[in-house]
Amino acid sequence: MSSVASLVNLTKFYDLGSVVVKALRGVSLEIPEGDFIAIMGSSGSGKSTLLNLLGALDRPTEGQYILNGRDTSQMSDNELSIVRNSDIGFIFQSFNLITQYTVLENIEVPLLYRTGYPPISARDRNRCIDVANQVGLGDRLDHRPFQLSGGQQQRVAIARALINDPAIIMADEPTGNLDSKTEEEIIQILTDLNNEGRTIIMVTHENSVARRTKRQVFMKDGLIAGEGIFPG
Amino acid sequence: MSLSRFLRTLQLALKSVMLHKLRSGLTMLGIVFGVFSVIAMLAIGEGASSQAQKQVLELGATNIIVRSVKPPDETSSSSSGGGQSFVLRYGLTRKDLEVISETIPSVMGVVPVRELTQEVRHQQYTLNARVVGSTPEYLEMNHLGMEQGRFLTDHDLEEMANVVVLAHETARILFPFENPIGQPVQIASRAYRVIGVTQDRTASAAIGGSLSGQDYNKDVYMPLFTLQTRLNTGDLFIRRTQGSFSAVSVVYDQITLKVGDKNGLTDDRDLVIPTAEVVRETIRNLHGEGTNDFSVVVPLELLKQADQIRKIFNIVLGSIAAISLIVGGIGIMNIMLATVTERTREIGIRRALGARRRDIIQQFLTETIVLSGTGGLIGIMMGLLTPAAFVGIKWFVDAYVMDQTTGRSDLGRLFSDMEPQVAMWSLPVAFGVSVAIGVIFGTYPARAAARLDPIEALRHE
Repeated sequence: MSSVASLVNLTKFYDLGSVVVKALRGVSLEIPEGDFIAIMGSSGSGKSTLLNLLGALDRPTEGQYILNGRDTSQMSDNELSIVRNSDIGFIFQSFNLITQYTVLENIEVPLLYRTGYPPISARDRNRCIDVANQVGLGDRLDHRPFQLSGGQQQRVAIARALINDPAIIMADEPTGNLDSKTEEEIIQILTDLNNEGRTIIMVTHENSVARRTKRQVFMKDGLIAGEGIFPG
Repeated sequence: MSLSRFLRTLQLALKSVMLHKLRSGLTMLGIVFGVFSVIAMLAIGEGASSQAQKQVLELGATNIIVRSVKPPDETSSSSSGGGQSFVLRYGLTRKDLEVISETIPSVMGVVPVRELTQEVRHQQYTLNARVVGSTPEYLEMNHLGMEQGRFLTDHDLEEMANVVVLAHETARILFPFENPIGQPVQIASRAYRVIGVTQDRTASAAIGGSLSGQDYNKDVYMPLFTLQTRLNTGDLFIRRTQGSFSAVSVVYDQITLKVGDKNGLTDDRDLVIPTAEVVRETIRNLHGEGTNDFSVVVPLELLKQADQIRKIFNIVLGSIAAISLIVGGIGIMNIMLATVTERTREIGIRRALGARRRDIIQQFLTETIVLSGTGGLIGIMMGLLTPAAFVGIKWFVDAYVMDQTTGRSDLGRLFSDMEPQVAMWSLPVAFGVSVAIGVIFGTYPARAAARLDPIEALRHE
């Protein structure tokens, strides 16, 4: 299996003037295609920083992050935007839908920013509907986020993450705001997507969720402390 | 930027604007009133100037008007007989008329005028009218038309015929129920036969203070020689006021000259100002140095003055209106800055999903332009209603402000005659300016939005 993403000795320092916070102190990781990986760790362990780097929202201080064969560590803000649009699908803990948009419009947002700004075609529209059906929202296309339950909102976010067919899906505590029954539904959708061959990186601190992934990475003090099934 | 993308951005902006209708409406108000005031002020300026132009053209663009002016009291005496005489002698003389018409080649025609205010009577109807003694050319020179009957003829003039032509309003007052033609009117205890009635003519207001307003509608016209012989004792006019006599000797109150090139080689208008200069010099020589008992009014000069005044007017009014536009722009900027803060999270989401900085700039800039442009359009529509609104204002002023008993001042007349004219060029300009204001005052908030760090923005509550 080829690597979708590989991290080579990534460091991230925040210069706060009087102190330098070393959020990541050299992280190396290979993520093969079709992987389903859980990043775990207590707060302050550097997992959020790692997530921001993996999501191409930020650049590392040192080291390389090679995504889809391209090094993002030296990219400009514009190039990072393009990478986020075409290679990464985001799922957030708090859903992060645009409140004034309908379900369909929310799913379309990544299409607005495609390279070259092609118009949204009928085919694109059909694809949005297909993706919405896939996550079980086919009958809610005209609803607004406030008319939906948390689980439904997260399904919208998943559909949105899939619309540009990204290389990696980044899920940041996707079940953090959900009850256990909905949590199970969302995890099931993610598992199904992984079974279809999608690469998923998920940040979580719930063992029940982490247990459903293929492998787990534990962060501590800005370093990877260990890998493997959490012993429970 | 492709059309479809532009439309999409526009659609997005419209959606955001429509989301907060009240807020957007209030934000637009500044621009709405700014644009409205620009258009309204330009319309009023345009109206005033076209009114002035119309008056000047009525006076005749190729005419020169020479008027007798009563000199100030101390220097008033070119009085005959060294101070014993109480006759005040001034103004334009027969010699002036002769010299001007004989020696200045570009003077094509002269119309002398003598005016007196007299009581005109028919049966029980009376009117204090301006009795104008002139020649047949007076009609054409003043752009008057006949409604009924005929105007004075050379024959009337030579025969010193006892005939008069009534102006529209005069005829209406003296003959409310009858046809005036052939009827007698009484002026200073003599009777004159009415031979014609002139058409209605709107009164002209004073122009730039150099020529008083003329109300042609209350005139009575009679042959010049008739007036000079019948109503005057020679040129002398004696008026009895409160027990004392004062006598004034004036031959002509006004001489109107028509300027033209006999050979038709030069444009008549180019000759007007040099001719006026020559006329001024000629009369000054005839009257002696230092006399100021006449004035030369050149309508064409007035036209140029009016044009200059209009330009100054436009600049001043435009600046005032521009200030209100700037205030409107600041209002929009303020709201957009607040909007950016309020929508920080949305900006973060868009950035995470692949929006570039310039996409964000475009989004917020378009929103600002939609706000200011819509405001501009509404302002333009309101501006188009200015003439209608002005009618209402006029009515109000007429009903409550104007003093009916003393009649109208020149200013009041200027105001009541004015028709605001919306300057068509001001509409696209106003729209362009409001869009430009959107760009100017939208850039800073849009850049502020684009500068946000996506990670921070996503965390924003």
